[in-house]
Amino acid sequence: MALLELSDVTVHYGRIRALSSVSLSVAEGEVVTLIGANGAGKTTTMRAISGILPLSSGRILFDGRDISRLRADLRVVRGICQAPEGRGVFPGMTVRENLEMGCYTRKDRKNVAADFERVFALFPRLAERRDQAGGTLSGGEQQMVAIGRALMARPRLLLLDEPSMGLAPRFIQQIFHIITEINEQGTTVLLVEQNARQALSRAHRAHVLETGSIVRSGTGAELLADPSVKEAYLGVA
Amino acid sequence: MVHQLATAVAQGDGGWIDFNVPLLVDRFWSNTVDGLAYGSVYALVALGYTLVYGVLRLINFAHSEVFVVGAFAAYFTLEGLGFRPGPTPQLSTLSIVANLLLAGAVAMIASGLVAVVLERVAYRPLRRRNAPSLVFLITAIGASFVVQQLFFVTRGANPERAIRILRPRPLFEVFGAKVTNIQIIVLVAAVALWVVADGFVNRTRLGRGIRAVAQDPTTATLMGVNRERVIMLTFLVGGVLAGAAALFYLMQIPQGVVYNGGFLLGIKAFTAAVLGGVGNLRGALLGGLLLGVAENYGQSLLGGAWRDVVAFALLITILMFRPTGILGESLGRARV
Ligand SMILES: Nc1ncnc2c1ncn2[C@@H]1O[C@H](COP(=O)(O)OP(=O)(O)O)[C@@H](O)[C@H]1O
Ligand SMILES: [Mg+2]
Repeated sequence: MALLELSDVTVHYGRIRALSSVSLSVAEGEVVTLIGANGAGKTTTMRAISGILPLSSGRILFDGRDISRLRADLRVVRGICQAPEGRGVFPGMTVRENLEMGCYTRKDRKNVAADFERVFALFPRLAERRDQAGGTLSGGEQQMVAIGRALMARPRLLLLDEPSMGLAPRFIQQIFHIITEINEQGTTVLLVEQNARQALSRAHRAHVLETGSIVRSGTGAELLADPSVKEAYLGVA
Repeated sequence: MVHQLATAVAQGDGGWIDFNVPLLVDRFWSNTVDGLAYGSVYALVALGYTLVYGVLRLINFAHSEVFVVGAFAAYFTLEGLGFRPGPTPQLSTLSIVANLLLAGAVAMIASGLVAVVLERVAYRPLRRRNAPSLVFLITAIGASFVVQQLFFVTRGANPERAIRILRPRPLFEVFGAKVTNIQIIVLVAAVALWVVADGFVNRTRLGRGIRAVAQDPTTATLMGVNRERVIMLTFLVGGVLAGAAALFYLMQIPQGVVYNGGFLLGIKAFTAAVLGGVGNLRGALLGGLLLGVAENYGQSLLGGAWRDVVAFALLITILMFRPTGILGESLGRARV
């Protein structure tokens, strides 16, 4: 059974339709990636899953239960946490406080120390900067905070919206490497990326979004080899 | 220069403004002491403006009425406890403390509840409909009038007759200025409450939730913060502090319980919040105390009629040089 399942999800901004009948699923343990051009609706999909945008129609199942109308904060309790596009680091909180925000809904306080260790092991840089204000971090460091913070929620499903955006190439490599590592440690990942080659090569399965609709689906390897994907997203003629 | 000005006042032939420097020098320390004690009322009320502004970017103009509710609540509690207008009764210290605590508790609960109810009936429906901020502003002013007029209709235009339970008594002197028992109680209690509020916002989980909503509401939601609950909590904390401020006000100005008693005080507390840096808890404390002191200096220097002008002159002057207030915005921006 799929951990996350979207069926015929349609979302509007006012009267503008941003998603039309999007259906996709993510199985436990997978990395699934959603690729597409700017404005295709990737972020909209992520926001709909997290519950900060209402659905016009369709439904979202998580762990077999309908969460389509569940309050956004309660979806975090169920086990969905997102590192949003643009990172959303709280500028006036220290790195440590930002990470604490990831455990906002957690009841098992005694395991939190171990999770701090885990995040600091994944991102040693954050350990060095733990008392620095979020607003004064570099873009790459902020992205680490955003991912680390989402991990602090111990999510069953981690949503990553363009984690490589705006980062220097060496940071991009590192971020993708860490995403694989997080997945190998047992967290299911739904990854939105414009960096299609990296995303497809690390994903078990992938979907291509174009103007609010899914136009192609397959394994990462299949889409990497797909001529139209190659042409449109991998910069190969 | 100083002498010329002083002479001008002494001879009564001054121009439009007379600078009475000798009086300011003479009263400097007593002005300072009185100003700090009265300014702590501004500071506590300013915290309510600042907290709500932080999470909603809304100037809650009805906050002054939340304060008035506290003042009436404290007054009626004292009345209910058997106190009557007239001379201050002779009471044991224990009885005074117990009665003040009781009046304070009732005022804090009443103000806190009214603030929360106000948020529910006036602001939440607008939030649900994504109303533009101008609509919130006019609603806040409208809500303020409604509460004010409720007191006007039920209690009339005249202030309640003063009930005193603690006689001001000089405890010690600083540079010749007498410091009364009331001033010490008010100042210590106000600073203690500020420390509790600051600790709550900066060191607890719920406080982190408030700061998260202030800094980035959408991401706060993505972390599992219930924004509506945070907003309610913020109004509650602001209201409770205004209730405490109302008791401290009553202890210093027992004749000041009146339906429109929140108007000027509210504007000044708001001024104090902006002065210190709106959205900044430390700024509210600093702004409140500074304003309390400054308007006393202004009164001595320029005469009683200028007292209220000084507050706003100070505000405008500081904002010209530091548009974000003395300490800047902090609930919403970088704090460290
Ligand atoms: N807040 C908004 N209001 C109106 N339209 C929006 C808003 N956010 C996104 N859109 C529109 O919805 C479409 C999908 O946007 P988005 O999901 O952000 O795309 P992507 O993340 O794939 O770049 C775009 O056409 C965009 O212009
Ligand atoms: Mg996007």
